[in-house]
Amino acid sequence: MYGFLIGVGVLLIFSIIWMVYRIQTLVSVVKGSDKKIASGSNKVNAILFIVFLVAGGALMFWYSIKEFDNYQLPIASEHGVITDSLFWWSMGVTGIVFLITHILLFIFPYKYQYSEKRKASFYPDNNKLEVIWTIVPAIVLAGLVISGWVAWSDITAPAPENAHTIEIMGYQFAWEVRYPGKDNVLGDYDYRLITATNSHGIDFSDKNSVDDFPSPVVVIPKGEPVLFKIRARDVLHSVFAPHMRLKMDAVPGMPTRFWFVPTKTTAEMREETGNPDFNYEIACTEICGRGHFSMRKVIEVVEPEAYQKWYAEQRSFIQMNPALASGVSAEVKEVAEVQLTEK
Amino acid sequence: MSTASVANHDAAHDHHDHEHHDNFVTKYIFSQDHKMIAKQYLVTGMFWALIGGLLSILFRLQLGFPEMDMSFLRPILGGWIDEAGKLDPTFYLALVTMHGTIMVFFVLTAGLSGTFSNFLIPLQIGARDMASGFMNMLSYWLFFLSGVIMFISLFLKTGPAAGGWVVYPPLSALEQAIPGSGLGMTLWLVAMTFFIASSLMGGINYITTVINLRTKGMSFSKLPLTIWAFFLTAVIGLLSFPVLFAAALLLVFDRSFGTSFYLSDIYIGGEALPNTGGSPVLYQHLFWFLGHPEVYIVLLPALGITSEVIATNSRKPIFGYKAMIISLLGITVLSFVVWAHHMFVSGMNPFLGSIFMFLTLIIAVPSAVKVFNYLTTLWRGNLIFTPAMLFSIGLVSFFISGGLTGIFLGNSAIDIQLHDTYFVVAHFHLVMGSASFFGMIAGVYHWFPKMFGRMMDAKLGYIHFWITFVGVYMVFFPMHYIGIAGFPRRYYSWTNFEFANMYTDLNMFVSVAAIITFSAQFIFLFNFFYSMYKGRKATLNPWRSNTLEWTTPVEPGHGNWPGEIPAVYRWPYDYSKPGAEEDFIPQTVPLSATPESNLPHEQELVKVELEIMKEEEEVLVSNETSH
Repeated sequence: MYGFLIGVGVLLIFSIIWMVYRIQTLVSVVKGSDKKIASGSNKVNAILFIVFLVAGGALMFWYSIKEFDNYQLPIASEHGVITDSLFWWSMGVTGIVFLITHILLFIFPYKYQYSEKRKASFYPDNNKLEVIWTIVPAIVLAGLVISGWVAWSDITAPAPENAHTIEIMGYQFAWEVRYPGKDNVLGDYDYRLITATNSHGIDFSDKNSVDDFPSPVVVIPKGEPVLFKIRARDVLHSVFAPHMRLKMDAVPGMPTRFWFVPTKTTAEMREETGNPDFNYEIACTEICGRGHFSMRKVIEVVEPEAYQKWYAEQRSFIQMNPALASGVSAEVKEVAEVQLTEK
Repeated sequence: MSTASVANHDAAHDHHDHEHHDNFVTKYIFSQDHKMIAKQYLVTGMFWALIGGLLSILFRLQLGFPEMDMSFLRPILGGWIDEAGKLDPTFYLALVTMHGTIMVFFVLTAGLSGTFSNFLIPLQIGARDMASGFMNMLSYWLFFLSGVIMFISLFLKTGPAAGGWVVYPPLSALEQAIPGSGLGMTLWLVAMTFFIASSLMGGINYITTVINLRTKGMSFSKLPLTIWAFFLTAVIGLLSFPVLFAAALLLVFDRSFGTSFYLSDIYIGGEALPNTGGSPVLYQHLFWFLGHPEVYIVLLPALGITSEVIATNSRKPIFGYKAMIISLLGITVLSFVVWAHHMFVSGMNPFLGSIFMFLTLIIAVPSAVKVFNYLTTLWRGNLIFTPAMLFSIGLVSFFISGGLTGIFLGNSAIDIQLHDTYFVVAHFHLVMGSASFFGMIAGVYHWFPKMFGRMMDAKLGYIHFWITFVGVYMVFFPMHYIGIAGFPRRYYSWTNFEFANMYTDLNMFVSVAAIITFSAQFIFLFNFFYSMYKGRKATLNPWRSNTLEWTTPVEPGHGNWPGEIPAVYRWPYDYSKPGAEEDFIPQTVPLSATPESNLPHEQELVKVELEIMKEEEEVLVSNETSH
């Protein structure tokens, strides 16, 4: 019954539209406006462009200002301040161009709408103008590119020697984190060593891997360089930490990296945003399958002292599961046993 | 009648006046007439646009109304709606993937180039038909076949390809990773292979026709900008599509024959795969070597159409004809050296990123020149707002809005944050999706009288324009905010993340706008099919335009012109020339016939022109007598 009523309603609306359409066609034939070069609609369209310009512009400014704090995520890394200032510089430059071109684009139709009394100007070219608007954009763009290039070179430069190395591995559909332990060197890995108990494929015959430890949360110190060593186990993923302005693909078979300096602890950010539950997050930004939208990992930024303390308290893979050390060389075993007896 | 003689310029052969015995099959199905093939492309393109649009509505429902009970979609989507009435997340990815593939390749490449290159090249350069009518027919039917295969893949039990329209391996190579990478992906690859073959055949035809079959006097410096755009588009396609084929072929090898071009060190589904040494980044390089030029393959024809429509309806010559051609050439060349700006954070060497950032921002210069030239063409014109003109102005607006955000994304430092967020989605939907779509619609409104001998209804056209124009902005402008806030693309839902757990209102708004905009396209469809049979009869030159196609009969037959192909004496943009009586002088009017409006350098040419005409006359007379 309900469906039937909707059907009748739709039919009614269509027949009304149909009749309006037929009537206006007939009227325009009677008035002979279909013979004219430009009918009265020409003026209506010209005015609508102005209406669109004013209404659209107002809506844009109103929303952009009102929502600023919502879409502008707080920045929590050193390079993020630079890339964001580049972003807003570009916004300023392109914003001016956007406004000027659109004002002209919508005012011209109003101003130069068809009139039988007037003839358009025959103005086929002007080389001076062409040269001007080739060179000016080129110079402006050169400025933007060069400042972008300087920033990009700094961001992608090799990490400082003292950077804290952390490995992030993506797989369907989560991230796993590995710290290098006391020696600050990550042990070797091989994807063929991956088992249910060794999800990273860590090669425990490598001495460096003995003290490597996992963590459910990415803990990093504030104000010190941090190097993410990024890899993937199955398909492409991408590490995206929006507040850190950090993004780098995780590629199976080709480790990637990204280093940065966090500038605000989680606690500080909670205060700044007024949100006691605030957390830094990592999301995946390279389509990776069914669970692409749920690859969340929390980053916890702490003061350096708290970081050192936390770091020393962590238990290595082997401490958690001594069976992992079975079958490795005697030398490594010895190191591992020393470590096990320490605690 | 053989195709060779259709295209023959020799005045001694007057075959085209002969009686034709076309049956239904040769006239409407396996036609070799460029106008019929163009219409076939157009209708097929419209069909695909509807499918592509519908898919986007489905995933917009999910994004705008995540709580919605979608059980009512079960009759069409079946098992992809679970018991709770929720859309399956894997199928969501398939929807996004197929929407992209269909829109980019089937609608904006085949539907746009296929329609207007086929229709306009012979008509505007003064040729009887394409260089090879048979190859042209083959091109359409390969596209059709490709479409059939892609269409079938939509109905597979495991779903169609679902790795994004870029189909990056390993996701697209491994069935274990996502079910769509099984048979769905196989069909995707087969369909794309046919599609590439179709594009190449079309492209070869467009290029040879433009180079070889121009009528007397139609030098490259007198070609309408539409033809320049179609010509360069075909060149880009011819050089870049084979690379996509190479990429796809290697992917086929990796999928089916155990090679490791793109695969390395993979542990999936509880086992370590034997592949080592491959690189997923290699695929990205190969793909974007086509993928970026592809942007210009869809955009240039739209810009060409706009140039023509804006000049005609401003009653003014296009400003900077030469600068327009040079910027088209610049875009063509540069489009091949910017591909890696899609890969700044793919893990490729950051030094390459610097190089591609410089090259990318150079390509913004010719694009800017084009915008300024459009604006100057409107300046002090005498503007007639036909629906085609409205859509062309809309295109310029989208081209500016979307083009400017490209300056952010082309800057690798800024791109770190914006890559693969909704900012990118907003950017390319405006600059390439909507702009090209508007170019296509403008072309349909403008050349409908030539295609079907009838006019489309202008009022319906205005309504269609305003709903679509406002609608497109309402859909894509808010996405900039969502993108700046860091919302990633291809997400089924954002509620898992605190930073993205907002803007549900804005997403709902976008979805509603998308549904309204999509619905408005039915006004166009009605107008199109109704006017085809019941529209007002068109006159010979309804827009009072200069180009050659308007010198053909209202409904041109096989061979386009009943008699001789007219010769061309002037450029196509003599609108509102001072001294001339009318505000347009068609290309076929000799300079010697318009002494009152000739510019000084044209007066010089009159002498040369008269000499040539005299010689022609003699040749013609001797031909007549020898017959």
